[in-house]
Formats: sequence, C-alpha cells, structure tokens
Amino acid sequence: MKARGNVFRYGDNVDTDVIIPARYLNTSDPKELASHCMEDLDKTFIRRVKPGDIIVADKNFGCGSSREHAPIAIKESGVSCVIARTFARIFYRNSLNIGLPILECPEAVDGIKDGDVVQVDFSTGTITDETTGKSYSAEPFPPFMQDLIAAGGLAGYMRKEAGK
Amino acid sequence: MGMTMTQKILAHHAGLDGVHAGQLVMANLDLVLGNDITSPVAIREFPKFGKEKVFDKDRVALVPDHFTPNKDIKAAEQCKCLRQFAADQHISHYYEVGRVGIEHALLPEQGLVTAGDLIIGADSHTCTYGAVGAFSTGVGSTDMACGMSWGKDWFKVPAALKFNLHGKMGKYVSGKDLILHIIGMIGVDGALYESMEFAGDGVANLTMDDRFTVCNMAIEAGAKNGIFPVDEQTIAYLEAHGAKKPVVYTADPDAVYVKTYDIDLSQLKSTVAFPHLPENTHTFDDMPRVKIDQVVIGSCTNGRLSDLEAAAHLLKGHKVADGVRCIVIPATQKIWQDAMHEGLFDIFVDAGCAVSTPTCGPCLGGHMGILAEGERAVSTTNRNFVGRMGHVKSEVYLASPAVAAASAVTGYLTDPTTIEEKA
Repeated sequence: MKARGNVFRYGDNVDTDVIIPARYLNTSDPKELASHCMEDLDKTFIRRVKPGDIIVADKNFGCGSSREHAPIAIKESGVSCVIARTFARIFYRNSLNIGLPILECPEAVDGIKDGDVVQVDFSTGTITDETTGKSYSAEPFPPFMQDLIAAGGLAGYMRKEAGK
Repeated sequence: MGMTMTQKILAHHAGLDGVHAGQLVMANLDLVLGNDITSPVAIREFPKFGKEKVFDKDRVALVPDHFTPNKDIKAAEQCKCLRQFAADQHISHYYEVGRVGIEHALLPEQGLVTAGDLIIGADSHTCTYGAVGAFSTGVGSTDMACGMSWGKDWFKVPAALKFNLHGKMGKYVSGKDLILHIIGMIGVDGALYESMEFAGDGVANLTMDDRFTVCNMAIEAGAKNGIFPVDEQTIAYLEAHGAKKPVVYTADPDAVYVKTYDIDLSQLKSTVAFPHLPENTHTFDDMPRVKIDQVVIGSCTNGRLSDLEAAAHLLKGHKVADGVRCIVIPATQKIWQDAMHEGLFDIFVDAGCAVSTPTCGPCLGGHMGILAEGERAVSTTNRNFVGRMGHVKSEVYLASPAVAAASAVTGYLTDPTTIEEKA
C-alpha cells in the first residue's frame, strides 16, 4: 500500500479540539465532521486538501480528547497518512482501530516542509520527499499492529481472531 | 523483574503471570463506559464486531452527560440513540437526565468502580478511577464497541513514572494545584504512553477528591493512566459507596520506573495554567494582572462536593464582581442535593452565581457558558486549548475551585489567600 500527496505541515501538540471542535460533535456523520476538519487551526485546510494529501506534524499530535471523530474527520477529508514526531496515545490507537495510516518518524518531520510532495510506502515504512529527493525510514509496526491494519481495523481483527 | 501496580493489574486481566513495558496484550475488562458524544459512534460500530448482545449488560455504563440536557436537536438525536441502545440491550447502568451526572464523578459515587478493576471508557478522562486503585484509561469509540462486544481489548503495557509525595498541602492548595504543578513540570507529553504512579507518605494526606482530580488530569500529561495505592481511605470510600470487593495490587519493590520525582506537598502553591496548554503554569509569585469575564466551577475534574465547599467558603458574604459571570455546576445529582442541604446554594445565589444542573457543558465548549471573541474564563476544568470553551480567540485559565472563587470576587485572577474570609 502506498500514499502520495501534498504535505500540510503543522507544529507541536495539535489537539483534538482544533482537529474537530466540540461544537460540531453533535453529529457523528463522517462527511459533516470532515467539512470542519482542522478548522480552528487552519481555516484553509478543508478548501485546499485533496485525496491522498499527507499531514506532517511535530510532537504529541492528537492530544486531548478521546473523540474518534478526530481521526474520522481527517480520514474522510481525504488525508492518506499522518506522519508525526510522536502521537498522543488515544489518537494513536483510534487511528489504528479505524484504519487511518499513521507513522512516527522524527527525521522525516525534521526534513519535510509545507507543500512538499511526499510518497509513503507502508510495506517498507519508507517515506520519500519527492520535492527534496530525500528518503526516511519509519519504525515498522509490531506484528500485532500490522495484523490490526491488515484486517482493516479492530472490528475486522476481532472477527478474524474469533473465527480462528 | 518487578512490576508496577498498573502492570500487575494488566497481567492479571490478561491471564499472564507477568508483563513488561511495551508488551501488547489482550485483557479482560471489568467495565466499559461511553457518553453521548462517543457512544453513538460505538453503537454504529458495534454490529461490525459480530455480536448481537453486549458481553455483560451489568458491565456497560452509558452516561449522557456532555450535551445534556439536550442542547439542540442533533444532541437530542445522539441521546436518543443511547437511550434506544440501552433499552434494546437491557443496559443496567444507563442514566437519564434527572439521574445523570458527569461520568467520572458519577461512576465512583454509584460504586461501579473498585480497586484492581480494569476499566476502559470512550472519554479521555476515564483515567480518573486510578484514584481508587483501578487501571482505568480513555479510549475511542471503536475500542468501546470492542469492549461492549467481547469484554476485552488490546493494550500496550505502559512503562511508568513514579511520583513520591511527601508532607501535606497548605491552606487553599488542593489536588488541582498538585496536578497542574506536575504537568507544568513534565509537560503535556511528559508522561506520553506511560503510567503515572503515585506513592509516598504524602498520599495519606490527600483526600479521595484530591486523588480523583489528580488522576483525572493524568491524560493532560499524555499519560495512559494515573494510579494511587490503596489505603484505608480508599477502602472506606469504596465501602461507603457500595463498590465491589476491592482487589489490592501493590507495586513490586524492584518495579522499574523511567523516572522518579519527589514532591514536597507543603511547598505547593495555588497554580494556574495559562492559555493554551495545561503545561503553561504560573503561581501567584509571577502572575500578570489578568482581567476575566467568566468563572466556571464544576466538571469531572472539580465538580465534587469538596470543590463546591471550597468555592462557597470564599464566596460567602462576597459578591461576584461586576462584569463577571460565575457558573457553578455540581457534578452529580447527589452532589447537587448535598450542596443544597449544606446551604451552599444560598451562598452561591447570594453572591450572584448561576447554579446549573449537572452537565459537562461549558468545559468542552458545548453549552451552558460559551465564551465570545476575546473573553477570558477562569475554570476548574481540565483543558485550555484554542477554542476549547467557545470562540477561537477566547482564553481559558485552569485553576482550583479556591482560585476560581477568589477570581470571581475580584474580577481578576486572584490568589485565594488575599480574599477576606467571611465564612
């Protein structure tokens, strides 16, 4: 599986309240949530984002609330992958559980700039910045998490395990 | 190699003799919680897990507390979804408006959590129950659906930070000041993926309400959970609230901690987190003059009876400053009733405060106290991110109930020791 798109570059501690403000949490409709994605941090995001685009951020991405609406909004907006220095833990597991690809790679975060075109190969963990020509290697997921991703998320994984 | 308290609870619930930090385990759950924001997504995901019925109708709690009493039509639809699911599944612990309270104050009060439990909740502040010696952590809606279906979920065993507490806190200093001090010290990702384990002789000097507040905000340091050792106070609390028999786990003497911090409680001061991160802490030694528009006293962090008592003590005989709105929100119906019987509502209303029915409301910018552009609030809640309580250009200052009440009186961020006591 591969992803390729333009980079939206953000800083430290992008919290779930700016990813999807609570004033929109009176719905769980993915399309409606996506229409407000990143609104309180970057009002132009939703206008500019195209299918395949990639978010690159610094430390503690997704901190704050447990709202799964945050990764749902990002996924539904068309973003193919989030790369960060570190993720807040609930956001991290929510992303794996719903099948939003995420990668921790500090070197890539240091090197990639806003607007770069980046390609990610999930099978090898290789991140290639086509704009600069530089490549980075993300830590591969442990086997359990790879199984989770391969099953399309937690529901698929649990059904598969039960069927064994 | 020894295990921490958290690791022992996880090992036991995973059916393993031992676990180590970083290990991925599938563990059995004692309780699965959701609210009116997160449960609708979980209910939508539930059928995908291949089960028709929840694993145990007595071990699922559905608490519509965020946008209730229903703030608008969409919120009403979400609550209707919970109500219908609770009825279809014969869920024992569903709480309708009139009986509902803020989940993390309500569940311990109802005796639904006990020492040694493994609890997940689709709400980040589920870490609150570490106060009674449970392993308790916030998860998302898909995890909640998994827990409701199978009674188990996956966990990455956390490493731990140890906080050795010594001595006793001074007047007007509370659990809120302790946890804000810690977050200021280690940062909002200072405990990322880790447990915060509290220990030391100072633990005995913290009330249960202090411990709830401290564990509640472990997530604001990025922690997976916060946890206190079980002592006589814990046991007395659990018995008084009719909780299940506690199972007491203690950390091994050779348990491994990433780092150990020693904190002298007697040195703590009233602490305020400035916008827009809980780590931006100041004491009144280095505080600029900050004019405020609103005060909120409540939430899963500080909406318990002792919090209301602390606020009332300072507000008694005073008036809320002109130009300031002070909103008091008891966290549960029982707290509401106890506060009323103690005469706290007379103090609040005489001072010019509004007293609300239990709701999470303003804490997450839902309803019951939203901020306009440029407005500032002092709040006993837990987050002060951009736009958290309303307009993207509003500001939230996190503080204890004592600081919040003192600030309501003056209209500025105020050290409670400077307010004349009329109580």
